[in-house]
Formats: sequence, C-alpha cells, structure tokens
Amino acid sequence: MTLNQVAFIILAVFALLGSIGVVFLKSPVRAALALVANFFTLGLVYFMLGSEMIGISQIMVYAGAIMVLFLFVIMILRSKNPEEDSSVFKDRRLVFGFLGIGAMVALIYAFVIQPTRELYGANFDRTYGTPQAIGKVFFTQYVYPFEVISVLLLLGVVGSIMLAKRKF
Amino acid sequence: MVAEWFYQLHQNNPLLLGFIRVLFVIVAILALVPPLIWWERRLLSWMQDRIGPNRSGTITVPDNFPLKGLAGKQIRTFGLIQPLLDGVKLFFKEDITPTAIDRKIFFIAPALALFPAFTIAATLPWGPNYGLYGILTPIADVEIGVLYVLAMSSLGAYGIVLAGYASNNKYSLMGGLRASAQLISYELAMAMAVACVVMAAGSMKLTTVVNAQEAPLWGGIPALQNWFILTPFGFISAVIFLIAVIAETNRAPFDLPEAENELIAGYHTEYSSMKFAVFFMGEYAAMFIFGGVFAALFLGGYNILPINWNYLYETSGNGFFRMLHNANYWLAPLVFLGKCFGGITFFVWLRATLPRLRYDQLMNLGWKSLLPLGVANFFVVGLWIVGTEMYGVSGGWAAAIAAMVIAFILYLNILSISKKGAPATTKRTVTMVNTPASRTVTMVDPVQAETP
Repeated sequence: MTLNQVAFIILAVFALLGSIGVVFLKSPVRAALALVANFFTLGLVYFMLGSEMIGISQIMVYAGAIMVLFLFVIMILRSKNPEEDSSVFKDRRLVFGFLGIGAMVALIYAFVIQPTRELYGANFDRTYGTPQAIGKVFFTQYVYPFEVISVLLLLGVVGSIMLAKRKF
Repeated sequence: MVAEWFYQLHQNNPLLLGFIRVLFVIVAILALVPPLIWWERRLLSWMQDRIGPNRSGTITVPDNFPLKGLAGKQIRTFGLIQPLLDGVKLFFKEDITPTAIDRKIFFIAPALALFPAFTIAATLPWGPNYGLYGILTPIADVEIGVLYVLAMSSLGAYGIVLAGYASNNKYSLMGGLRASAQLISYELAMAMAVACVVMAAGSMKLTTVVNAQEAPLWGGIPALQNWFILTPFGFISAVIFLIAVIAETNRAPFDLPEAENELIAGYHTEYSSMKFAVFFMGEYAAMFIFGGVFAALFLGGYNILPINWNYLYETSGNGFFRMLHNANYWLAPLVFLGKCFGGITFFVWLRATLPRLRYDQLMNLGWKSLLPLGVANFFVVGLWIVGTEMYGVSGGWAAAIAAMVIAFILYLNILSISKKGAPATTKRTVTMVNTPASRTVTMVDPVQAETP
C-alpha cells in the first residue's frame, strides 16, 4: 500500500463519517458541522488528485458558505429542540431503508463506477486544471456562459438588497 | 555540512525532508508565540506610559557567589519569561466546563480556532525559492497559494462561531455572531485587495508573487525592486488588506467579538484554563502568519531592502554589491521573521492608538469604503496592465492615472448619492418620559435598618 492510498483511506473515512453525520445527527448545528467536515475532506481528496483549483473551490465555496447555514440554524432553529420523528413512515422504516440503499448502490454503479472504468489510468498533463488553464478557458471558449452567470449572480445580489431594503 | 545533508535528503528521502519543512514552520510558530505576547505587552505598556511585566525572571545573585563580578548583582530579563509563567499558570488552573453546553463542539472549537494560522503557514515562502532555501521553503508551493490563504482564513470563523454557540451563553453567542458578520464582510475587501496583487504578479503562487516584486521598480528603474507597496495601486490594496487582516484576526480596533464592556469576553467567556490559552495562541499565531502573508504579498517577501543588488553588481562590477546580494540570500529567514514582527508591531500600535469601532461604523467601513475602493483599484490595475501590454510602461502609467481619476470621481459621485437619502444616524433624540414613581419613597434610617 502506497502512502497515497493510506492518505486517501484516511480522508475517505473522514468524508464518509461526515456525510453519515449530516444525515443522522439530531442537532442541526452538529449536522452542519459534519457537512463542513465532509466538504473539507473532499477538497483535500481533490488536492491529492493534483487538481488544486477544484479542491480550493470546494473548500472556499462549499465549506466556507456553510457558515451562513450555521447562522441560519442558530438564528432560526435555536430555540426549538430537535423533534422526535413522528412521521408517517416510522413503521415502514425497513422498507424505505432498503429502497434507499438500493437506489444508492444503483446510482454509485451508474454514475461513479461505470464512467470511471474507462478513466482509470488516464494521464493528464500537469497544466490540466491549473488556475491559468481554467482562466484561459473561462475567458475564451466559455466567455458567454461565464458572463451570463456573473450577471445572474449580480441580479441575485441586487434582488436580495431590494427585498431587504424596501423603502421606495 | 548541513546544506549538503539537506540536498542529499532532497534526492533520496523527500518524505523526511517534507517533515523537516513542516517542523521548521510549526516549531517557529509555537516557539515565537510567547515572545510575541511579551513584546505586545511591553510595547503596549510603553505606549500607554505604564511599565508592563518586568519582574519575573529577575535573578538576585547571592553575596557569597564564587564569581566576584556577579556577587550581589541582579540579573534582569525584562519579564521575558512572563508569558511562559502565564502558560504554566493557565495549564494548572482549574478547567471549568459549564454544564449546559454542547460538550463536543465546546471541545472542538478551540482547535478550530488554532487551525487556520497553521494551515496558512504551509504556503508562506520564508526564503528564496532557489538554492538551499528552495528545497526548505515553502512547505507546499501550490499553484493556488493566494486562494488557499483566503479560503483557510475564512474557515477561521468556524472556531469562533462554534465556541460562541456551544457555550450556551448569550454574550458568547453574540460575540460569535459578530465575529462571523465581521469576517464575511471583510473577506470581500481582502479578496479584492489580493486580486490586484495576483493580477499584477500574473500568478497566485506565493513564490511567484515574491519573485515578481524583484522586477524593476515601476517597470523602469532596474536598480530598485518593484515591491507592491511602492506602487500606487499596490499601496491602496496593501492598506485595504491590512485593515481586513485586523478585522479577520479580531484585533483592536475591530475586536467587537470580545468587547469586554459589552460582552464580558465575547466568544471565549466560558472558556478557562488551557482551552482559553489555545484561543489566545490562535490569535497570536494568526497575527504572526498574516504578518508573513502581508510581507510576501506587499513587502517583497524575504528581501531586506527594495534594491536589486545583483543588477548593481553587474552594472558596476563592484564586489561589495555581490556580497550584499549573498547576504540578502542567506539572511532571508531572519528578514522574513523581522517583517512578521514588524506586522505585529503595527497591530499593537494600532491597538494602542485607535478606540474600538461601533458596529455600524465597522459595517460602513467594510461595505461602503473598503469594498468600493478595492473594486476601483482592481479596475485600475487591469487598465494599467492593458496599457502596459499595448503602449509600454508610459502607456501603462497614463492608463493607471486616468483610471484612478475616473474611479475617484465615481467614488465621490456615489458618496454624494448615498449621503442624500441616508437616514440621519448622527442625530438621535431621546424622549424622557417623566412619570412619577408608583410607590412613595420612604426614607430608611440607616442605623435602625442595620440593627433590627
């Protein structure tokens, strides 16, 4: 077993624990923290694969943005205790559990194992995924969608300010 | 020799060399935090006309000491070991854990507060990136260095917010929320400031940013180095970056999260003993590391003076310049350390000078001043680069000056617009409702009240 594999296993275990924690932890703050851990370790896995740009985007955009989720949880859900599940599915937990696991296995097979089979062992050159390469692609080949998305984000910002400050 | 041993390690055992690189940085941070605390306390007390910690570590040599020169004298250490003693005191203090807390998060939070400083240190180049220092520094020379610094510093908010949440204390929670609002607001300005540097340097790698500052000053004076703080746009982004860093490390005058007259101690009110010490250490380590980031981005990294010694040597042939060039190379770590200390001295100076901001002042400064300034500066850098590419150095300067003028006029315009409709926050009226007391006031004779 190479060092890379050891590092990957450690990171993967943490990522899996994090994602399990998101679903199973009762306290919303702890669940959000588990989500941070999951995203952060996934970012580290991207680092290990040599694509630093995607990894840092993962950490910056996802792990950093959960901060806002935290604040929502603290400000909106704080006074409420996590409720015991009183859903109608309580007695059918086993059935839905199996269905869920089955769907997950099918999805992993279809979207992870099947496509990566051909990718395994493929070699990319060192410049693949560097900030320079991504920037070049953004501003040449995909400049139109890129600008449209930036306008969309700007609209989001302006819209939220409009909603927050209704004074006219 | 040591150098050869490192070169061999680089060839044969890169893993061990990696560990050594990590050790250099971690040990440096851990060892330098106590002197930093001493330096802050002494400097602050000097600025405030106090004495500060100066007693601990004073050794009085007994009169019958064999060495006659030392007998009966006092050896003063100027309180240098005070932080160490404080550390020992904190370590042996009772660790009070309140009962109604979220126990796990309460324990994780101090570690999360310590984490960003150490992770950011991984990309700091504390020496030149060629020769011996090239294999010792930085720990990882990643392509995305600057982005990495920004991302990790944004994760620093988690420690504080979680500490505030987990303490189950209203003051702690308010401190945490203030910290998060502050960090989110100032991150944008910081990113804009750093983006200007990245554009000017043409790379996000911190080593490349440092190397880009060794280019001729303003594109035309080859004897001097183009430290970004010496360029007009770089100076503006340096100021923005410094202010944002102070906000990011929760230092005075931006220490609202721990404003003691409003929030007791803010997010670390419920923390005692070693957990409090970890918060304390995280703050100082972050200051130290951000001083290093500032040095790498704006102050030419490890270079002692903005002078190209090698250019002077090649033009004049004077061996003295060659010697200075070599000295600049070998003294690099010390110079870098000195710049980190300089950053901390600046922080302390600010703490002694400026009073704490009000919350609305903080938000106005971040959103209405620093962010527009950063964006305008960003456009100036862009135009300067385009001008240089198209018309050479003078064209670049013309474009930059024109852009600055336009940006300034726009800024004044926006300011006048925003002032027109803004509510008068400076004028406040307080209506005193003068109602008579509901119960009649009865005088109590103090002597009789005491002895029933």
